[in-house]
Amino acid sequence: MSWFTQTIKSSLGKKYIMSLTGLMLGGFLLVHAAGNSSIFFGRAAFLSYAGHLHGLGFLLHAAELLLLAIFLVHILTGTILFLGNLGARSSRYAVHNSAGGRSWGSATMPYTGMVIFCFILIHLFNFHFTDHSRTIADIVAEVLARPFYTFIYIVGLSGLGLHVSHGFWSMFQSLGISHPKYDRVIRACAWLVCGLITAVFILIVLLLLVNSNILV
Amino acid sequence: MAAKIISLNLKVWRQNGPDKKGALENYRLENISIDMSFLEMIDVLNEKLTVEGKEPVAFDHDCREGICGMCGAVVDGIAHGPEKETTLCQLHMRHFQDGQTLTIEPFRAKAFPVIKDLVVDRSSLDIIIQAGGFISVNTGSAPDANGIPVPQHKAEQAMDAAACIGCGACVAACPNAAAMLFVSAKISQLALLPQGAPEREKRALSMVQAMDKEGFGNCTNERECEAVCPKGISIRNIARLNREFLRASLLSDEQG
Ligand code: FES
Repeated sequence: MSWFTQTIKSSLGKKYIMSLTGLMLGGFLLVHAAGNSSIFFGRAAFLSYAGHLHGLGFLLHAAELLLLAIFLVHILTGTILFLGNLGARSSRYAVHNSAGGRSWGSATMPYTGMVIFCFILIHLFNFHFTDHSRTIADIVAEVLARPFYTFIYIVGLSGLGLHVSHGFWSMFQSLGISHPKYDRVIRACAWLVCGLITAVFILIVLLLLVNSNILV
Repeated sequence: MAAKIISLNLKVWRQNGPDKKGALENYRLENISIDMSFLEMIDVLNEKLTVEGKEPVAFDHDCREGICGMCGAVVDGIAHGPEKETTLCQLHMRHFQDGQTLTIEPFRAKAFPVIKDLVVDRSSLDIIIQAGGFISVNTGSAPDANGIPVPQHKAEQAMDAAACIGCGACVAACPNAAAMLFVSAKISQLALLPQGAPEREKRALSMVQAMDKEGFGNCTNERECEAVCPKGISIRNIARLNREFLRASLLSDEQG
């Protein structure tokens, strides 16, 4: 086996993959949140952002494919890890307890991952694989004016927030980046990034529920 | 001062052999002095069972002073019981209430098959240690003191890692039954010192490979291991192991 396959096949190698793909997905989320916040400035701003994005043409398609690949690697590796970990404890404890290490985020990683996956599918069918004869502003306004979708989006985004709340710090730990000098900074950034991303998306969803006119 | 006495309801995991089905059995114990250790409490239970003509509960122990790493069970879902940085043998009954019900189970992991009752086979940890191999030191007459300079803070960190007694509580507590805290402590104690430097990469690669082969789970940074470790080994060592393995994978001269 080459050193490369040996590395990525090992338990630590898989964690490196999760960290690196997680980092890229986190970067995407930040850009996505920044772009979407143009909705706060009304229809014109949002359409101009969408216009610029689509103006990238070939580059945008390349980025989409890359993103898809990163997603698939993250999901696939995560699933392998999840199944491996289930198998590593052959008999369950009669009494379950935490000595205080786990957080809600860490304990639910595989499940919030699945929630996010389903949410992304719904999200893509709402806005990507849909009839594009109308402007994206109209599509967004129409979908998110419906309380049913508000509910779905808030569930999905809460799952995302929980996932990132553990994932961001965990990513650094898995890559071996941990030191008393900057541990606090990493933890603070983890909460900041997680809070920021979730807040921006949820605010957009709530805003469009109470006032879909902002995009008309 | 008269010793305080408590009574307890115990639910103890009884399993006759590796392939047998186990179950929790109920026992009632009276007159337990709060000055007893947890293992002494099980001794009392075993004397009672012996007198009744029943099979005593099998459990591991040796030094009973928190240094050998032989003892260990999961008490109410927590490896080595509720006290921080305390082995089961050093846990005293004064931390429990009169009339309390305690569930006592063995360390559970695929890599730790139950031998009998609370006794599990932890030789997979030894196999990982063996995979780590040797370190190169000169034999012959004793070397000069301070012949090899070691910075004080590095020596401290190495000593903290070397405090690991290999009890396996980290594996028992890990939701993924991963052995990362153990392996990271063993890697760290040598990686931090100049004496461990020549075999540094080889050691990281082989020990991780052995760990995976023994069927331990994958670390997802849940931090439960650190919370139950009787020696207070920090997950900072796990970060170091992650670095060591990454470094070894990228830089070592060993051909894969
Ligand atoms: S019996 Fe030696 S550490 Fe508990």
